[in-house]
Amino acid sequence: MTSPTIELLSAEQDHAQPHTLVLDNSADAQTASLEAVTCVKLHFPKFTDGRAYSQAFVLRRRGFQGDIRATGDVLVDQLLQMQRSGFTSAVLRADQDASLAAQLLTQFDGFYQGDTRQRNPHFQAA
Amino acid sequence: MYQYTDFDRQFVKTRAAQYRDQLTRHLNGLLSDDAFRPLRLQNGWYVQRYAPMLRVAVPYGELNSAQLRVLARIAREYDTPTPELLAHAHQTSQSKLKTNLGHFTTRQNVQFNWIPLDKSADVMDLLASVNLHGIQTSGNCIRNITSDERAGIAVDEEVDPRPYAEVMRQWSTLHPEFAFLPRKFKIAITGSREDRAAIEWHDVGLRARKNDRGEVGFQVYVGGGMGRTPTVATEIRAFVPWNEILNYIEAIVRVYNAWGRRDNLYKSRIKILVKAEGQRYFDEVEAEYQRILADGAHHTIPQAELDRIAACFVAPARQACSNSDAEARIGRILKAAAQDDVEFARWIEQNVAAHQNPQLRAVTLSFKRLGHAPGDATADQLDAAAELADKYSAGEARVTHSQNLLLPWVTCDQLPELWRDARRLGLAKPNIGLLTDMIACPGGDYCALANARSLPIAHAITERFQDLDELFDLGEIDLHISGCINSCGHHHSGHIGVLGVDKDGQEWYQVTLGGSDGSDLSGPTRAGKVVGPSFAAAEVVEVVEAVLDLYKTERHAGEAFIDTLQRLGPDPFKTVANQARHVTRQPQAASDQALPV
Repeated sequence: MTSPTIELLSAEQDHAQPHTLVLDNSADAQTASLEAVTCVKLHFPKFTDGRAYSQAFVLRRRGFQGDIRATGDVLVDQLLQMQRSGFTSAVLRADQDASLAAQLLTQFDGFYQGDTRQRNPHFQAA
Repeated sequence: MYQYTDFDRQFVKTRAAQYRDQLTRHLNGLLSDDAFRPLRLQNGWYVQRYAPMLRVAVPYGELNSAQLRVLARIAREYDTPTPELLAHAHQTSQSKLKTNLGHFTTRQNVQFNWIPLDKSADVMDLLASVNLHGIQTSGNCIRNITSDERAGIAVDEEVDPRPYAEVMRQWSTLHPEFAFLPRKFKIAITGSREDRAAIEWHDVGLRARKNDRGEVGFQVYVGGGMGRTPTVATEIRAFVPWNEILNYIEAIVRVYNAWGRRDNLYKSRIKILVKAEGQRYFDEVEAEYQRILADGAHHTIPQAELDRIAACFVAPARQACSNSDAEARIGRILKAAAQDDVEFARWIEQNVAAHQNPQLRAVTLSFKRLGHAPGDATADQLDAAAELADKYSAGEARVTHSQNLLLPWVTCDQLPELWRDARRLGLAKPNIGLLTDMIACPGGDYCALANARSLPIAHAITERFQDLDELFDLGEIDLHISGCINSCGHHHSGHIGVLGVDKDGQEWYQVTLGGSDGSDLSGPTRAGKVVGPSFAAAEVVEVVEAVLDLYKTERHAGEAFIDTLQRLGPDPFKTVANQARHVTRQPQAASDQALPV
C-alpha cells in the first residue's frame, strides 16, 4: 500500500507563488517551459474532463520534481487518480469532505499498471 | 481460462468494497447524482427507463460454470422490480416486459434490467465471489476487451489472442490517467485470419499475427466506430511486437486524451479525431510511442509474464474419442426418427463448428427463439447452460458477439447427447448464422436512450421466418436491429440493418442494406446504405420479405444474400423495399443520440 501524499489545500491556502506555471488544458505538457518553475497548476474545468491527468503524467516523465496542483472541479473521489498521475496537491471543491481523503486514497493494496509513483506495473514487481 | 491469483481476486473484492462505500454515501445524500454517476457507470450501473441496468464484464467472453450459476442467481433473486414499479412499467410500456433475465450483448457482456440500486452493492459482492465485476463496462474509459468467440480453438487461427487480451484487461483496469477520456474506448482483438470480432468497427482493433521470422506482433487499427458517423478503422501500424503492445496502446490513448474533442458529444470518439487529423495524429502517436520507449518502456511485457498467463489457456484435457465412433453414433441417432433426422443434421450444419483439435467441436447454443428477445436467458437457462458446460465443455462457455453461448470443448462423440439436452432446453434451434440469429439491442422497452423499440421488430421477423426449410433456403444473413443511433444492435454492419428513429413521438424504422462486420461471408468492413425514408413498424417485416424475395429470384446457384446484393448493387433492392410501403407516405427523418444517464 502506498501512503497518501497528495496535500489538500483550501482555496485560501492556494495563493499565488512567484514560480507557479498555470498550464491550460490545451497546452502541450511535453514542450511547456519549466525553467525555474516550482509549481504547475493544472485545471479541471469539469471533474469528468481528464486532460490534466495526462498532462501531469507527462510533466513527471520529463523529470519535473516540483508541486503539481489540481484546481477547479476537484472531487475527493478522484484524488487517488490524481495522486497516481503525478499530482502532489489539490484544491478541493468547496463542498467536498476532505476527511474522506485518507480512506479513499488507501483502499487498494496495489494496481495493475505502473503510474508516476510506482513506475513498474504489477507484473514487473511480481 | 485465466486463473485468478490472490492479487486478482483481492482486487475485484476491493473494487466491490469501494463501490459499496460510494453507493452508501450516495444513498445517504453525501455524494451527489453528478459525482456518483461516473463512479457507478464505471462499475456497470446505468439508470434506464424503469430501473438501473447492470452490465457485467465478461472479459473476451469467457465464463466458467460457477460464474454462469452466479449470473443465474442474480437473474433469479435480484432481477426483480418491486410490484409497484412493475405495475407502473406495465402501465406505461407498450410491450409486455419480462423480468428475471440475463441478456447477452454484442460485446460479450451480460446485462440485467431490474436490479434495484439499493441492492447493487450486494450484487457486486456476489459477482466478486466468482471474480466477476462490472469494471469499465460503461463510462468514458477503456471498456471491457472483446475477442473472437473461437479464440484458441479456431482452425484458421494464427495466434491465440486470449493471453494478450488478459494482459490488456489487467493493464486497462483502473488506469489512473484514462478514466475520463473524451468518450468511451473499445478494443477488440483477434488472432485468426477471418475477423469474427468486428475489429475494424472498434476504437482500436488488433490482429495478432506472425511476421516472416515467425515473431508474434499486432496489426493495429484505430478509429473505427458506429453511432451517427459510422467509420471503418484505419491501419495505423502493420506490426507492433507483442511485448510492446501496451506501450503502443498507451501512446494511442494518451494522444486521444489530449487531442480528442470534448466540446461536442457526437464528435468526441477517436474516429472523429482520426478523420480530422489523419497523418498528424498518426505521427504524434509514433512520437509519443518513442518517448514511452525512451523513458524505459515500463509496460513492455516480459516473456515470463506472457508465459504465466498463457499457461492458463492450455486446452483442457478431454476424453479422447475417435471420429469413426462419433460417426457411428451420429448415424444411429439419425435413424431414430424422421423428424430428428433433419433437425439433427441441420444442427450439426449450423450450430457446430470445426475445432483445432479434430476430435473436438465448438457448439453454439441458440438464444434466438420465438417468445424470447435475442440474447435473453432465464435464470433456469443460465443454470442449465452451466450444467451443459460442465457436462460437455470442461466447465467453460463463451458469450458470442451474436448474443449466443458457445461451448468450446465438446468431444465429437458427445454431440448427439448434447443436442438432445440442448433441444430439451429450447437451446438447439439450428439457426446460427441464419436470418433469425439476429442481433438486437434491448431497445425502447428498457433503454432510456432508445428512440424506438427493437424487440417487437425482432419478434415479428422471428415469427414470420419460423419455417426451417425457408430459413435454410435463404442461407446465412446478418440481420441487425438497433433502437437508436448509438448502434448497440450494430445495424450499420448488418446485411440488413434496422434502426429505430423517433419522429413526433412515434416509432419509425430506417432500413439499411449491405453492411459488413468484416467476416469472410460479409466481405470488407463497411456500413450499409439507407434504403429510403423510414418505415412504419408494421412495414418492416414486409420490407425484409420483399428484399429476400428479390434475392431468391435473382441469386445464382449457391450465392449468399450479401453476394447477390453486392453483385446487383442496392438499387433493385431499394426499389422493392420501397414498394412494400403501405403506411408511410412522407419521408421521416431525424434520430437522436444521448449520453447514458
